This record gives sequence, C-alpha cells and structure tokens, in this order.
Amino acid sequence: MPTADIPVIRLQGVTKVYSPGENAVHALAGVDLEIRRGELVAIMGASGSGKSTMMNILGCLDTPTAGRYELDGIDITGLTKNALADLRSLKIGFVFQGFNLLARTTALENVELPLLYDRAGRFAPAASPAPEALRRVGLGERMHHVPSQLSGGQQQRVAIARALVTNPSLILADEPTGNLDSHTSLEIMALFQELNAQGITIVLVTHEPDIAAHAHRVIEMRDGHIVRDARVDAPLDAAAELAQLQVAS
Amino acid sequence: MKASALVRIATQSILRNKMRTLLTMLGIVIGVAAVIVMVAVGQGAQANIEAQIRGLGTNMLMVMAGSSSQGGVSQGAATFNRLTIEDAEKLEREATLLAAVSPVVFSRGQIIGGAGNWRTAIIGAAPNYQTIRDWPVDSGSFFSAADLRSVRRVTVLGRTVANALFPDADPVGQQIRVRNVPFTVIGVLTAKGQTAGGNDQDDTILIPYTTARAYLSGHFRIGQIIASTFSPGDIPAAQQEIRAIMRESHRIPDGDDDDFTIRNQDDIAAAAQGTTRVMSLLLAAIASISLLVGGIGIMNIMLVSVTERTREIGIRMAIGARGSDVMAQFLVESIVISLVGGLIGLALGFASGVLLAHLTGWAVAMSPQAALIAIAFSAAVGVFFGFYPARKAAALDPIQALRYE
Repeated sequence: MPTADIPVIRLQGVTKVYSPGENAVHALAGVDLEIRRGELVAIMGASGSGKSTMMNILGCLDTPTAGRYELDGIDITGLTKNALADLRSLKIGFVFQGFNLLARTTALENVELPLLYDRAGRFAPAASPAPEALRRVGLGERMHHVPSQLSGGQQQRVAIARALVTNPSLILADEPTGNLDSHTSLEIMALFQELNAQGITIVLVTHEPDIAAHAHRVIEMRDGHIVRDARVDAPLDAAAELAQLQVAS
Repeated sequence: MKASALVRIATQSILRNKMRTLLTMLGIVIGVAAVIVMVAVGQGAQANIEAQIRGLGTNMLMVMAGSSSQGGVSQGAATFNRLTIEDAEKLEREATLLAAVSPVVFSRGQIIGGAGNWRTAIIGAAPNYQTIRDWPVDSGSFFSAADLRSVRRVTVLGRTVANALFPDADPVGQQIRVRNVPFTVIGVLTAKGQTAGGNDQDDTILIPYTTARAYLSGHFRIGQIIASTFSPGDIPAAQQEIRAIMRESHRIPDGDDDDFTIRNQDDIAAAAQGTTRVMSLLLAAIASISLLVGGIGIMNIMLVSVTERTREIGIRMAIGARGSDVMAQFLVESIVISLVGGLIGLALGFASGVLLAHLTGWAVAMSPQAALIAIAFSAAVGVFFGFYPARKAAALDPIQALRYE
C-alpha cells in the first residue's frame, strides 16, 4: 500500500523525443517533478510547450524516451502496453476537454465503463460504485440520461464521475473547462476543489490563468522545460465566486 | 472482461445501427438459407434414389450382356446378345444360393384394348420375376409356371397401362391385342412409381417369356437375367456362383474375360448416389459462395465501424482497456452479427425448404446436422471476417485515437 511519504508522481530527467534524427523534436527536455498526495496542481503553457506530452506521459498513455517516471512508487520504465493499460485502470482517472463520453449511452453506463476493465477485481458486481460516483458530482437525478440530453457542464460532471469511479490515485484533467462558458467552468472548478478537499490528487492542464488560479500549485512549461513551479498562497475559491455571482445577479 | 459484458456491449452497439446491421446480416441470412435449402434438396434427392433402388426388389442381382472380345480386340459392352434362355435355365437348375431366377426380355410395342390403344414396354419374364422385384398384384394374379410351360397368351398390366386402357373397369378377364396378338389380362400390378432415371415403372405389361418368344419374335432379346438370393449376406457368394455357371454356360476358356456383367443393388445405388452427391456438393458450393460474400460484407461494415468509433476505442484504452479487450469487443460484435444472421437464415432456409417441397413436390430432407454446420459455419465467418477489423482496432494508439475527429 503506498504511504503518504511516496509521491504520487516523481519524474527524474524525463525526456521525450519525437521522430528522432535530424528533425528531432524535444517535446520534453529533462523534466524533474514531484507531486504529492492530495495536491491540486495546474500545468500551464502555450501550445508546443510540451504540456500535452507531459499529460500523456503522466497518464501512462506514452512512455518517456529517457529518464524515470514513478507513479505511486511504481517505475513505469519498460512496462508493456498491457501493463500500462492495467496501471491506467488501477491508478488514473482521465477528464478530457471534449468530455469524451460514449454517445447514446446513459450517464450510468458511461460511469460504469472503467469497471469493465478492472482486472484487480476491486468491485463486486452487486455493489456498483457508479451511482455513488454520480451522486458525488451532483448528478444523482440524471443517471439514465444520455449525453445529448445533458448540458456541457453536466457532461463534464459525468466524465469526472467516470474518472472517480475506480478510486484512482490521480485524476488527470486535460483542459477540462476548455469547452465550457465561464460560469460552468467555475462550477467544474468548484467540483474539483471539493473533490481535492476530500483528499483526491488532481493535475489540471490548462492555458487559462483564471482556471490555474484555483490550484494550490502552478507549473509553467515552455519548450519542454519547467520554467516556473510556484505554490499559490491563496488560491481562488470557486464556490465562493459562484455565491458572489449569484448575489450580484 | 466477462463474456456476458462483451455480448452486452456488442448487442448495444449493434442495436445503435439497426438498419446497417440488418443489411449486413442479410448477406449471411441469404447465404445460410441458400446452403440449408440446397443441402436439403440434395439430400432429398439422395433419399429418393435410395428408396427407389430398394424398390427394385430384395437381394436382387442382375446379369447383363457384357463386352465380348474376339482375338483380343474388345468389342465393347453388349456387342453381342450373349444371354440366352439356356443361361437362365442353367442358373435356375444349378445355382444353390439363388432363391429365384428370371430372364427379362424387353421390347416395345402397341397394344389395343378397352378404351383405346397405348404404346408401352413389353416385358417377357418368368413367374419368379414377381418375387425378385417384390411386386404384388392389385387384382387378379401373376402368371404361373403352368402358363409359362403352356406358352399361354396371358398378360399382367402395370398400373399406368391399366389406367390408360381401362379407366373405369377392372381389366382382369378382358382381352387386349399386343402387336395384334390377342392376350387375356389376368392381373394388374400395384403402382411402383418412377425409377431414379425418371422412367415410369408402371408403364409396362408383363407376359411369360415363352409366349414372347413364340408370338413376338423378330425382336427377341434377353436384355438381362435377374435373380435374388435368400439373404443379403449371400450376395457376394452368389455373385461368384453365377459367374462360374455363366462361364461354363458360355464355354469361356480360363484366362479370358467374362462376356457378361453381374451387378447388385449396391452397385446400382452407388452409381446413382455418386451422381446426386456431386450434384448436391455443387449446389452447396454455389450456396457457400453467397455466404462468403456475406462475410465480406461483415468485414466491410466492421472496418467502417472501427474507423467511426476510433475515439470510443481511444476512450476505452485510456480508462484501462487492453488491446485484447478492444479486439474481443469487435470480434464478439461480428460474431453476434453473423450468428444472429445464421439463425435467421436457418429459419428462412427451413421455411423455404418446406415451401419448395410443397410447391414442387420435390423430396426435401432437412437434417439437424446441416443446421448445426450452418450455424458453426456462420460463427466461423464472423470470426474470420471480424478478425482483421478487430486487430486493426486493437492496434490503435490511444493518444492518436483520442485526438481523432
């Protein structure tokens, strides 16, 4: 069992080179990083800064060209595709910009999807954790709606419930508010903050400073390097902002 | 991943594209139905022929004029009329394994009587002919040994001839003229139906062979000698015995070939079945081609489906699906399509087989084996043609797949 001492993420000299040879692209050029349990981290950067590559490697969708990546103390170097898939199933929950829900499939079925691939057998079929996950994101009443019957914010909540359902060590959110208006974005950020307060480690990738301002720690990337890694002393409280907006209107 | 979950996912995604799935299935439905009907027709024909060959008689052997050779030059089959009444009489006298022997004298001629006239086959035979062919009479009686000895002008009519000349009355006791020679009808045979070759066995009249020789000469030829053994087990030994007696009767020196041929019912059956087997194989092969085309249709649709659902594959992989999970998902989908298509095709095939039998009067034999094979075959089609698209899906890179628009 991983203890609190072991960081959820530890990168040591991680390099990612695409199309090696003369036109080699160094998407990541020797990145060192540690993220501890319970953190809410925002990774910022312009396009081409390497943040997407970072996201793919953190999510075990891709492996570094060089360097070492430990997820929950497990070194992923040299793992097979199948072992990476198992690790994703066990440790990681994904939230995407475009929600990426299965169309014409109810919210409940979408949330149950990761349970199909749970090889560890952590969940008894009789006691599906999916309804509880939907209640945690405030969609207990809409379990049997299909994505086309849900608003963008609600769809993203379903996606967050899907990420939560396997009780992962880490939730990776790639531009989670990119397709949402500012009010809904605040709602989603409030949800992330609430989940983080319950102890869930969350890494957000975003290019919007407004969104990043809700994190406890902001990492800025440029040209494959980390150029800034700063703790935010007073992160914005999304729930409070929403309450203010309500009063104002 | 559990099999039940796989089937559920496959069914869900199939139901999402009802029309497309239905059209894809149609190829398999038609293929399986065609195979079922064709095999049923082929097997029906085979069963029919078997029944007809059994109908020839019981434990029957046939001796036919065979090839003769003169100075080593073969003259081909039935070159000379080498069968004689004496051969038949010698067999009757000397053979120990034969229950009955009868020469068969065959000619055609016009007969007149009752309602009109009729051209038919005239068979001259011994009274034993009835035993060998296992052919009872409807009314009257078959001619007797006394009729044969006394060269009486008596005849037994086949059902077709009786119906043609005497549609309303019992012909027994009536006079008919056979090639202008008057005969008395003493019996009518039961209907025996068609031969494998489509000849009406009932379109014939039977007369004693002595009478045929005396009154209808000019065309007198013994086409064959038929005989029957006491039991089926005696047939091989009886064949040897006939051969020995015939060689003696024809005075064939040792080392020379027989100038006659002996056939038993199994030989005849084998020849007839060989033909129908080739025919039914051919039919089934043609039908299988449509199954193959149906399979290609499935592969086509599965490839489209994989491309369409690239993003879904990416999502599934991101949340922990292995390549093998994705592969299983698509493979099960194509198997479900082809298996359901196979079941519908099976039902359709059976229904059309019954309808065909009803409309055409053909013998149609539905066998459970054919059904099982059709189902197994359609599942195999699903695996075979689903494999390539499923492998393509499993090989997708999750990052690329997630970005796919």
